[in-house]
Amino acid sequence: MSATPEKLVEMRDVKLQFADKVILNGVNFSIQSQEILVIMGLSGGGKSTLLSILMGLLKPNAGSVLFKEEDLGKLSRPKLNEVRAHIGMVYQNAALISSMNARENISLPLKELSDKNDKEIDAIVDQKLELVGLKDARDKLPSELSGGMQKRVGLARALALEPELVLFDEPTAGLDPINGKLIDDLIVQLRDKQKVTAIVVTHEMDSAFAVATRMAFLHEGKIILEGTPEEFRHSDNPIVSKFLSSYSDHEHTKE
Amino acid sequence: MNAKTKSDQGGHLISKLGAFTITLLQELSSLVWMGRETISEIGERIATRRAPFRLEHFFYQSNRVGVGSVPMVILLSVFIGLTMALLTGYQLRRFGIVTLVPAIVSVSFIREMGPLFTGIVLASRIGAAYTAELGAMTAGGEVDAIEGMGIGALRYLVTPRILAIFFLTPCLTVISIVSGIIGGAFISSLMLQISYGYFYDQVMTNLLVKDVMAGIVKSFLFGAIIGMIACYKGLSVRGGAVGVGIATTSSVVTAISTVIACDSLCNIFIVTFFP
Repeated sequence: MSATPEKLVEMRDVKLQFADKVILNGVNFSIQSQEILVIMGLSGGGKSTLLSILMGLLKPNAGSVLFKEEDLGKLSRPKLNEVRAHIGMVYQNAALISSMNARENISLPLKELSDKNDKEIDAIVDQKLELVGLKDARDKLPSELSGGMQKRVGLARALALEPELVLFDEPTAGLDPINGKLIDDLIVQLRDKQKVTAIVVTHEMDSAFAVATRMAFLHEGKIILEGTPEEFRHSDNPIVSKFLSSYSDHEHTKE
Repeated sequence: MNAKTKSDQGGHLISKLGAFTITLLQELSSLVWMGRETISEIGERIATRRAPFRLEHFFYQSNRVGVGSVPMVILLSVFIGLTMALLTGYQLRRFGIVTLVPAIVSVSFIREMGPLFTGIVLASRIGAAYTAELGAMTAGGEVDAIEGMGIGALRYLVTPRILAIFFLTPCLTVISIVSGIIGGAFISSLMLQISYGYFYDQVMTNLLVKDVMAGIVKSFLFGAIIGMIACYKGLSVRGGAVGVGIATTSSVVTAISTVIACDSLCNIFIVTFFP
């Protein structure tokens, strides 16, 4: 029982509970290279926890998580750290190191995990900052950046080691529509130009439909629907329909 | 009825004591786990032929711990040395043995006061800073981000901090001892009519390698204890800004209590095995 080679990540029957509270109750999904999988669900439904499991920050009580056929749960710490270097994560609150400026934040994984010299690191930092449109923010501390800018620096840091998979935790939450669109465009651009695979956790429908090549809906610890954005739009699953209709009602009210 | 109430109170006390013991053992095992994991992360890093930590981080922390603490250590030690010589001198004068003041001040500072007061200064000044800083990083998700990048948060964050306080505590202890003795000599010359020359001779006569070793070994131990407790409390913060505040208070209180308890145990050990 191993994942087929083209599957970059696979979750098999993953269960997680804290004390009596069941967070994930048998989650199964897989993602292939250059896909953008959007995982949706209600707030507090375990979406961010799912990403922590994928990063190996949390260990599931049961089930397995495979990255390129390697079971993360069975890896030694040095091996797990090697795998983590192939996965970038953009956190909901950006999680930039507050005492470091944007340049230092982006160069941190390069300094710690690569053999590149300072000149090469500088060049990569500039390239990543240019990619996210923040070349002028090089020497700014996180506290001097707006929420959207922090997320973009977080994305630049996640991309520093050229990961194969990037995980986005609510990338557009709390951002204005222009900054939100900017992040969405970056996610799509990453897949098209840099062949990056992405898993995006969000409950912002605009963002979800803008970036997804495939979608999954997490409810009560299980993936209750998985399919293309089109299949989601026409789904007759009562929970998904209610979720989407609440969103479209909200959009109509706005209009 | 009265007997029943007393028995209830006894039961309540025992259950509280039990809960306290369980918490203490849990904290202790987590602390040991942190130490073990840090060492194993360092080992794994060395196995990949990479430096376990950045020297610049170690020097930055050493500057904070060492250079930054010098004024406070000197100030505190001078005043304690001064007070100790004065009060001891006035008591001993009644028995006509005021000349013992230099020996008492120097031996107490070398064996006891120097390491202990340096430990207390560092626990409150550096331990609190370590806990608050790591606590804020934990609460803000920065520690998870470092771990998620595959860098190894314990190795990256904890190692330079603990090593800095471990190596700098003995240096500060020496400064504390010298300052305390100078304070004692100053007041002895001013109020007890003991000349600087006589004070110096007495200090040198009574200075034993055994006492110096006891003081220095204790200071290494205190440095390690303060660093470990401060980093552990910082990394185990829960609950945002309030959690950071609670952890910082707990870190200082725990570190000072542990340092004093360890000091007593060390003294019992030294007196028993190296009389």
